[in-house]
Amino acid sequence: MIKAEWFYWLVGLSFLVMAAQMVTDRGNPKRFGTGAFWGLIGAGFIYSSWVVTKQAPAEPLGVAVLVMAVLAGFGFTGRGTPRTTTPEERTASAARLGNKLFVPALTIPVVAMACAIGVKHLTIGGRPVLQEGSETILGLGIGAVVALVVGMVMLREKRPSVPVQAGRTMLEAMGWAMLLPQMLATLGAIFQVSGVGGQVGKLATAVLPEDSLYVAVVVYCVGMFAFTLVMGNAFAAFPVMTAAVGWPVLIGHFHGNPAAVLALGMLAGFCGTLVTPMAANFNIVPAALLELKDQYGPIKAQLPTAGILLGCNALIMALFAF
Amino acid sequence: MIVLLGVLVVVIGFATKRNPLLVVAVAGIVTGLLGGLSPTKVLAAFGEGFAGSRAVTIFAITLPIIGLLERYGLQEQARSLIARFSRLTTGRFLALYLGLRQIGAAVGLTNVFGHAQTVRPLAVPMAEGAAERRYGKLPARSREKVRAFAASADNIGLFFGEDVFLAVGSILLITGFVNTTYGTHLEPLHLALWAIPTAVCAFVVHGWRLLRLDRQLERDLLTANARPTTAAEATR
Repeated sequence: MIKAEWFYWLVGLSFLVMAAQMVTDRGNPKRFGTGAFWGLIGAGFIYSSWVVTKQAPAEPLGVAVLVMAVLAGFGFTGRGTPRTTTPEERTASAARLGNKLFVPALTIPVVAMACAIGVKHLTIGGRPVLQEGSETILGLGIGAVVALVVGMVMLREKRPSVPVQAGRTMLEAMGWAMLLPQMLATLGAIFQVSGVGGQVGKLATAVLPEDSLYVAVVVYCVGMFAFTLVMGNAFAAFPVMTAAVGWPVLIGHFHGNPAAVLALGMLAGFCGTLVTPMAANFNIVPAALLELKDQYGPIKAQLPTAGILLGCNALIMALFAF
Repeated sequence: MIVLLGVLVVVIGFATKRNPLLVVAVAGIVTGLLGGLSPTKVLAAFGEGFAGSRAVTIFAITLPIIGLLERYGLQEQARSLIARFSRLTTGRFLALYLGLRQIGAAVGLTNVFGHAQTVRPLAVPMAEGAAERRYGKLPARSREKVRAFAASADNIGLFFGEDVFLAVGSILLITGFVNTTYGTHLEPLHLALWAIPTAVCAFVVHGWRLLRLDRQLERDLLTANARPTTAAEATR
């Protein structure tokens, strides 16, 4: 069985190799801090395998995470000299290779699709080929590995250090943004166990008048939206807002159609995900990946759409769910 | 009520543009301690949070191959490919991407597209190439705008497509939560059907905004480039 952990190890291992390249890159004035940051993430990726199975204590990893935050947060990381090609070389190479260049790039989505549709159902000796529940991660991981092999063969690139260098340059360009989604997932979990959710739920019920259906719909949708802004994730907001308003008031008191109320409530939360920096993997990481100067660029592009769709969800719910 | 101070830390931190990693670390420590966790529990929470959320960083596995292909001119080739489709403007191309992303997510193919594997290496150079064919070299401001909208097309397509698929996390979360908490028997199919009207709204609203992007670019660029390159010249 192909397991998701293998790909976490592969990512961890490549971070470690890239960290070694970073430390030896004399073009980076902060090469030790940069190497330490990515080395810790890489080691953490591998160590985590034993944390999730409870075979190793989580506290040392917690210390490492805080050290990473300090390294990146106080400016101990930087960028090295990219070992890459000039724009002229790229244009010439593109003219020479033509559309062949798309083959490895499209290998990733094609393999991911094949895994999601076909390989998912394959079994060998009664056991599934892909670890259950991890098919999307595995599809991406297998796709990337296959694409790398295809690319190396097609480009006749024999030095494995070349793709690693290329990946390292992208990592350095993205910097701390790479770690932010995982930090935020942690914060969401801490919010949960500390009872932040219950408090927000209380606030929402406090502003809710007794018997106005339309106000209740708006409180539920806007509550999902606002709570998602804070938590960065509609999944965390959903149980809280549904327990406070959605179920007792909209479904219990006003006899709403449960499927409609809950589905639209979740989608109202998704509108919040579009406009919060807390949803870093969707909003901040792409800004870094696309080398935007304004890290809030994607959020600004999404803001009007999110506002209109929040209104759509509330309207559809008010009109058709009761 | 006092645990909400952690939320305040986040809001103030982001508003004053402190480094987000530090803001989140401080907010986590403050909230955890105020919520009654011991310092070792807080450390364990950071460790477990990191370990349990590695899936969001798995896209890093695509960076070496994407970086390698970019070295060999992948973005340049994407640019010249789009130049052959003269009717495909930036806005039309991104609206097409939005639609494909939505359909893909609706049939469960959420990881087939993504910021690392499709937006950066393919969608952005194509969207920029379509604009460059019409107006010549893009000024930095327009380039930022095109890229931000490319990212938005991916996110909106994903968010408002995936809920139409039955086995996606959010649908399973809803049925799991309500069926165990309230003893109901909600079917994923009904939830997925109720996601369709919003999915249509999302495509119409954002698709329309993407098409309008063409006009915005035109306005920005005709004033920026005193001498606009004609379409014939740019496509040669």
